[in-house]
Amino acid sequence: MISQPFEYSRPGTLAEALELLSGGSTKPLAGGMSLIPMMKLRLAAPEHLIDLSRIPGLDAISEGGGSIRIGALATHYGIESSALIRAKCPLLAETAGRIGDVQVRNSGTIGGSVAHADPSSDYAAALLALDATVHIAGRRGNRSLPYAEFLVDTFTTLLEPGELVEAIEIPAENPSTGSSYQKMVQPASGFAIVGVAARVARIAGKITFARIGITGLGSKAFRAVNVEALLLAGNAAAAAAAAGDGIEANSDLHASSHYRSQMVKVYCARAISTALSRAA
Amino acid sequence: MGTTLTETKTLVGQSVRRKEDPRLITGTATYVDDIQQPGMNYAAVVRSPHAAARIKGVDTKAARELPGVVAVFTGSDVAELGPVPCGASLPGLRVPYHHLLAQDRVYFVGHPVAVVVAHDRYIARDAAERVEVDYETVAAVTDSEKALAPGAPAVHPQWPDNLAFTFEQNGGDFAQAARDADVVVRQRITSQRLIPMALEPRGVVAEWRSGDKALTIYSSSQIPHLMRTLVAQILGIAENRLRVVAPEVGGGFGSKLNVYAEEALMGFVAMKTGKPVKWIESRRENFLATTHGRGHVDYLEIAAKKDGTILGLSLKLIQDLGAYHQLLTPAVPTLSVLMMPGLYRFRNIHATILGVFTNCVPTDAYRGAGRPEATHAIERIVDCLAAELKMDPAEIRFKNFVHNDEFPYLTATGLSYDSGNYAAPLEKALDLVSYSELRNQQAEARAAGRLMGIGIATYGEICAIGPSPATPAGGWESATVKIEPSGKVTVMSGVKVHGQGEETTFSQIVADELGVDMDDIVVLHGDTTLVQYGIGTFGSRATAIGGTALYFAVQDLKAKIKKFGAMMLNSDDVSFVGGRCVCNRSGKSVSLAEVAGASHRALALPPGTDPGLVATKFWEPPNFTFPFGAHIVVTEVDRETGGIKINRYVAVDDCGRIINPMIVAGQIHGGVAQGLGQALFEQAVYDESGQLVTGELTDYAVPKATMMPWIETGHTVTPSPVNPLGVKGVGEAGTIGCSPAVVNSVVDALSPLGVRHIDMPLTPEKIWTLIQGGAA
Ligand SMILES: Cc1cc2nc3c(=O)[nH]c(=O)nc-3n(C[C@H](O)[C@H](O)[C@H](O)COP(=O)(O)OP(=O)(O)OC[C@H]3O[C@@H](n4cnc5c(N)ncnc54)[C@H](O)[C@@H]3O)c2cc1C
Repeated sequence: MISQPFEYSRPGTLAEALELLSGGSTKPLAGGMSLIPMMKLRLAAPEHLIDLSRIPGLDAISEGGGSIRIGALATHYGIESSALIRAKCPLLAETAGRIGDVQVRNSGTIGGSVAHADPSSDYAAALLALDATVHIAGRRGNRSLPYAEFLVDTFTTLLEPGELVEAIEIPAENPSTGSSYQKMVQPASGFAIVGVAARVARIAGKITFARIGITGLGSKAFRAVNVEALLLAGNAAAAAAAAGDGIEANSDLHASSHYRSQMVKVYCARAISTALSRAA
Repeated sequence: MGTTLTETKTLVGQSVRRKEDPRLITGTATYVDDIQQPGMNYAAVVRSPHAAARIKGVDTKAARELPGVVAVFTGSDVAELGPVPCGASLPGLRVPYHHLLAQDRVYFVGHPVAVVVAHDRYIARDAAERVEVDYETVAAVTDSEKALAPGAPAVHPQWPDNLAFTFEQNGGDFAQAARDADVVVRQRITSQRLIPMALEPRGVVAEWRSGDKALTIYSSSQIPHLMRTLVAQILGIAENRLRVVAPEVGGGFGSKLNVYAEEALMGFVAMKTGKPVKWIESRRENFLATTHGRGHVDYLEIAAKKDGTILGLSLKLIQDLGAYHQLLTPAVPTLSVLMMPGLYRFRNIHATILGVFTNCVPTDAYRGAGRPEATHAIERIVDCLAAELKMDPAEIRFKNFVHNDEFPYLTATGLSYDSGNYAAPLEKALDLVSYSELRNQQAEARAAGRLMGIGIATYGEICAIGPSPATPAGGWESATVKIEPSGKVTVMSGVKVHGQGEETTFSQIVADELGVDMDDIVVLHGDTTLVQYGIGTFGSRATAIGGTALYFAVQDLKAKIKKFGAMMLNSDDVSFVGGRCVCNRSGKSVSLAEVAGASHRALALPPGTDPGLVATKFWEPPNFTFPFGAHIVVTEVDRETGGIKINRYVAVDDCGRIINPMIVAGQIHGGVAQGLGQALFEQAVYDESGQLVTGELTDYAVPKATMMPWIETGHTVTPSPVNPLGVKGVGEAGTIGCSPAVVNSVVDALSPLGVRHIDMPLTPEKIWTLIQGGAA
């Protein structure tokens, strides 16, 4: 469990980091919770690690213009425990609190998770349900993409080599909206076998808004627009049962594709009913 | 001056805090990887990526050319050494020659093929990747039942049937019992392959002093003395020129009750290179190359009368041995069949063991070693019988327990149960859960469509292993107690303490006997040069045998102390109480320190007495000890997901006299954690080609603190007559009682759906599938 040799730099500014990243076989290092194990198993072998951890302000969490901005370096624990996020984006705080274990939450970052694009990432479900935007910094300029576009497939995003995730932006939650993240945990890793993030609002008993994000089921997290449509059509009973329809479910040691495709319905129902119970 | 003697409070029986914890908690303990030697090199082991292959060539050139590489050794360098020893002997046992490095063939993924030695561990690791091995793969077999099928690939080509041994254990007449029975219940029950997962992986440092012709091996081991004897044999050096030191050992659970190729290999490397060398196993290697545990497929038949009286039990046990015999591999299942009567009175036993080679890493002892497997099978089949007879599972157990007036009780397998009150822990556990009330709650839950289960398991185990005729290397234990000139006490124990807390419990025993402060006692162990020969720590033996050796050594010492006291007090009537020799007539006294000083200064000596205060005792136990207990588990199964929630876990154990209740509770907690791991989460899975699919902690689910239920512990105390301490042993009890209680509980929960048995681990998907009505 020893990685191949590599160089290590710890830039003090984002510009410096981007400069260093323009070299050959480089990789940014954030919490190291995904990258370091891959290096130890020699599944990844970057020649040069650019440690982002000392760039001031990159972990800032702030509010402005009706949205919450979360610096890429904010840790899962930082997000879980942020009063601002708990108040204005409770779904993300709840999701962060369900990631892995305490040690992982203390070190792992949202930027690292988003860039890594693990098909079972918990944030992915929440960020889709939250209509999040990814702010990207690059040497040739900055750009922003809806998270739904940014996320391409297993371990694949629209991030170009040399670019960094700088921040995630999420519209501040409407106080009348209820949300919930429900996760079936793989007992060894703590990752989601399936995870479902739900946001719903209703007026006079009728569901007027629905966002459902699902992770762990297929090759990438997705928004379950079919479930959302059924909810909006007032067909709550059928909604959760449609979760995962048309998706080829993953199969592994911990859950066959059949089981996963059934569990996603159960967890979807639980996420919706909990979210509804929290909605005004 | 006269001294008033007050009754001293005994430390034995109290939850004295563990002496070993501060260094463990503060990170100041010395493990193998903390040992540094001047000029030390580092080794990395090249391992086979294939489960079965011929080696057509090994090219080490590219590795040797890497700057910083000192040497690369392959099979041909060590062809004359070995074998890695198997300590078990069974009639007709087939023992493949276990070379230190693979010769012309590899037999499992992780099989050592070459050793690379370099200036640092990073270079060693990089160079290991440059060793090119030309493999020609051949068919592998990883499932023990498939390995027995005709035409299966032969693990060892010379034995095409893959059968390493068959072993029978008979008592009474099972065939007759089956004829006399009203009912015979049959069930296939497995105990899956598990990975022991000591937090500290294995590690070795070897140092050769050519001038002294002396080799020192530091190894994370439960059995340093046995290792010295065996590694000296492997390397062909004199035993008294080898010193083995087991420093702090971060968990063993049986996986370090062994002598591995790497220990001898590092000795070889140190001798060849003339430099110290260190090898630290990676977690990945620990998965692949350290022994696994369990690996049973059991076919059981239980014969009984309609009233629940059990008449007999038959068992066909298929043991997955892996590719080689490690130290005790073939012996482990023989412990299972010895235990088949459990706590019950039936006299008819028929057991056959088929020991089967597979292309997997060898199995060997893992916490409980043969006894959890046996208990799981017995307690499951008894529940199956209860279900068949529509009897309460508690009632059927009470009906069949050995009676209190039958001890010592000779079992159908020839064991002599030392002492017991088997109903007591079950009664206490039933009380703790308010059993009849609980059954009412269950009826209500069922009426409401909920799946609530109540699982009972009682267990007996064989501890204090064991009398020498029953153990391959001697079953006794040793202790030396020295009183230094200043009165401080040094204990040297032949056991190897590695987490069980004997530095504390042994100190409690000595402190009470000698009337000294706990802090004035140092317990040394694990260094063959420092400590007289000993056997080691396994089989819940350290306190029952090692503690007893210590107790007797202290008695010898006390006699000598009194002789000096009598001389110093000029009295022929002295007692030794509370750390002082007291003249019973004058009340005058001298302290232990004064006696110690006088005995070493030796200006005068009592008649026929030598200077100094040292006593050594080697103690051979007359019998095993037989702890027992009852665990009750209350579960609820989530109908929608198959998830299992443990709502109550009650463990009532009888381990004889308790020296330190906190340490006993800790042993139960740890044991239950590992039992729960087996019941709910863990399984070493090899695929058909022989790759270990669960080769990382991301896939192999050991329970974490947050996954543990609250454990309510209770005790009954039935002292053992086998030793003067009255102790039985507790290191493995939690594991043994746990898995059948959990599975019985979940089967009980699902019984309204017609479920009768489920094999471990009880994964949510398996349970959910059963709820859906499919086959698990
Ligand atoms: C035991 C364990 C359990 C876990 N359980 C879960 C779980 O339950 N749910 C879950 O969602 N995750 C889980 N994880 C993953 C964890 O959340 C990681 O923290 C996360 O996936 C990666 O974040 P990081 O900061 O550690 O990134 P790193 O490991 O440092 O980096 C990951 C990847 O992202 C790149 N990267 C990092 N930061 C940036 C950036 N700002 N811009 C561009 N690229 C960047 C790196 O180059 C690398 O390729 C677990 C991890 C472990 C070790």
